[in-house]
Amino acid sequence: MAVDAQPCYVRRALAEPEPPPTASSGAFGLIQQRLFDGVLNSALTIISLVVIAAIAWPTVKFLLVDAVWQGSSRVDCLPETVKREVGACWPFIAAKFRQFMYGFYPQDQQWRVNLTYALGMLLLVPLLIPRIPYKGLNAILFFGVFPVAGFFLLVGGVLGLEHVETRVWGGLLVTLVISFTGIVGSLPLGILLALGRRSDLPIVRTLCIVFIEFWRGVPLITVLFFATYMLPLFLPGNWRIDGLLRVLIGVVLFAAAYMAEVVRGGLQAIPRGQYEGAMALGLGYWRMMGFVILPQALKFVIPGIVNSFIALFKDTTLVLIVAIFDLLGQLRAAFADPNWATPVTLFTGFAFAGMVYFLVSFGMSRYALFTERRLNTGRPN
Amino acid sequence: MRTTRNPVAVEIVGLSKWFGEFHVLRDVDLKVMRGERIVICGPSGSGKSTLLRCINRIESWQRGRVVVDGMELTDDLKKIDEVRREVGMVFQQFNLFPHLTVLENCTLAPIWVRKMPRKEAEEIARHYLKRVRIPEQADKYPAQLSGGQQQRVAIARALCMRPKIMLFDEVTSALDPEMVKEVLDTMVELAKDGMTMLVVSHEMGFARQVANRVVFMDAGQIIEANEPEAFFSHPQHERTRLFLSQILR
Repeated sequence: MAVDAQPCYVRRALAEPEPPPTASSGAFGLIQQRLFDGVLNSALTIISLVVIAAIAWPTVKFLLVDAVWQGSSRVDCLPETVKREVGACWPFIAAKFRQFMYGFYPQDQQWRVNLTYALGMLLLVPLLIPRIPYKGLNAILFFGVFPVAGFFLLVGGVLGLEHVETRVWGGLLVTLVISFTGIVGSLPLGILLALGRRSDLPIVRTLCIVFIEFWRGVPLITVLFFATYMLPLFLPGNWRIDGLLRVLIGVVLFAAAYMAEVVRGGLQAIPRGQYEGAMALGLGYWRMMGFVILPQALKFVIPGIVNSFIALFKDTTLVLIVAIFDLLGQLRAAFADPNWATPVTLFTGFAFAGMVYFLVSFGMSRYALFTERRLNTGRPN
Repeated sequence: MRTTRNPVAVEIVGLSKWFGEFHVLRDVDLKVMRGERIVICGPSGSGKSTLLRCINRIESWQRGRVVVDGMELTDDLKKIDEVRREVGMVFQQFNLFPHLTVLENCTLAPIWVRKMPRKEAEEIARHYLKRVRIPEQADKYPAQLSGGQQQRVAIARALCMRPKIMLFDEVTSALDPEMVKEVLDTMVELAKDGMTMLVVSHEMGFARQVANRVVFMDAGQIIEANEPEAFFSHPQHERTRLFLSQILR
């Protein structure tokens, strides 16, 4: 072969590895490099700062600076009384706080709600922290025992606990009960539906497709309406299902249909070789799914799953239309109280509800991100 | 009936398979005795991988019979899983489970299929990882290993089930040339131990060294089968000669 005419540099000695070049010199250098690197970049930085200030300042002013912190009625939150511009009227929230939290759950029984919360937190927190052992037992307690315990604690009628009808439940309690049931119920049901939709058995597949498409095809409001007002007409005379329970079932089935499609997306991302590898080892269908396919598929769709959870959490506000008063429902009811009618009541209330919803949704979102990173074994690191 | 001393490991009789309209396996017959090592070669699309995948019924077929270790494979899922327990398979693309560590990859099936206690399964896994010469990688994830290491893990994973028969489906085709040897060495050792092996491969050096028989397939049929020496020095069929001249050069 002819030697290439182009000259070519051949190393006589191998080059030693060098440390990477340092990116910047300290915090000041970093700021200059990232934010004020050239005219356009500097202009964009300044415009962004102005926009942020324009949004942030009125918010802070309303929520903190101009806010009224103490008082016992609407009078304390009127500009005429305070003699200045009035921001948020926090005494309104304080006065209605119990109602927002518990609805009309009897006041002397509200410890039961708190106990349920405490129990839930006690089981949830260790479940979320990866380092704490006994995850299996913990999961059984949280997903299996806790819902039953919570049910009897909240509903009562056993062990000398006074029976509390779900009609008087309300506020954050209802919001959390509906979303917890929806989340815990829809994920396993959704997984089964997704597996069914990909099944080789034509009857199973058809049933799952019909189920999923039906529930995705109707709006949640219709589902709630039907469950509350129409269903009793179809049931035999003395057969009554609790109003909240009807809504819970509707929400779970509705959310499961969406969850099924999210999970199916994950299943489709698994290469055929994974199935073949598992089959060749003699793992049967359920073990193959449980140990090999689903762990990977669910990991892929964590963002989609959390998306559904957050959507579900906020969709619970729709139960207002079937006369179940969740947090937002109680808020609206509280607006009607003439004792607290001020120009800022509405804003204060929505700001409060917004913060509650945001905290929970944002919490779910951040935890999901943490989980995604932790489960990422696909790349060497 | 099934006997432990059955001298026939795999018996394939009149096997025919179609992918849609395409007749991929045409009336194939093959008998593999216990302890035999068979290398199957042939041009791409000749049906050699498909034939191999019928032996543990990862592919189904329309006509013919496959009997593995005295058990006939039918639609019976129980039977299929029983056969799969006795037949280990290694794939071109490794097919390791990326969410499990190397050790977990190796112990999953022994624990859940063989119902082995975890401790015992881990001991066996470490034993085989040592045999494929990567005991120090047990706690890593597959993505942290090189291709050759991953393929050796895949071999160890299959061996952990203590199979009677091993199937190798082009296991070196996806590897960098530098890593082919380490995988082939592992397979040679396995052959020395008397494992029944069916190997789809174009590694003719390996075939010469290890195989009892080399089987040549073309257009869904076995058109030549012979001992390696005779197969390479005096190929009978025109098609075989052409194939060998192209890959041996």
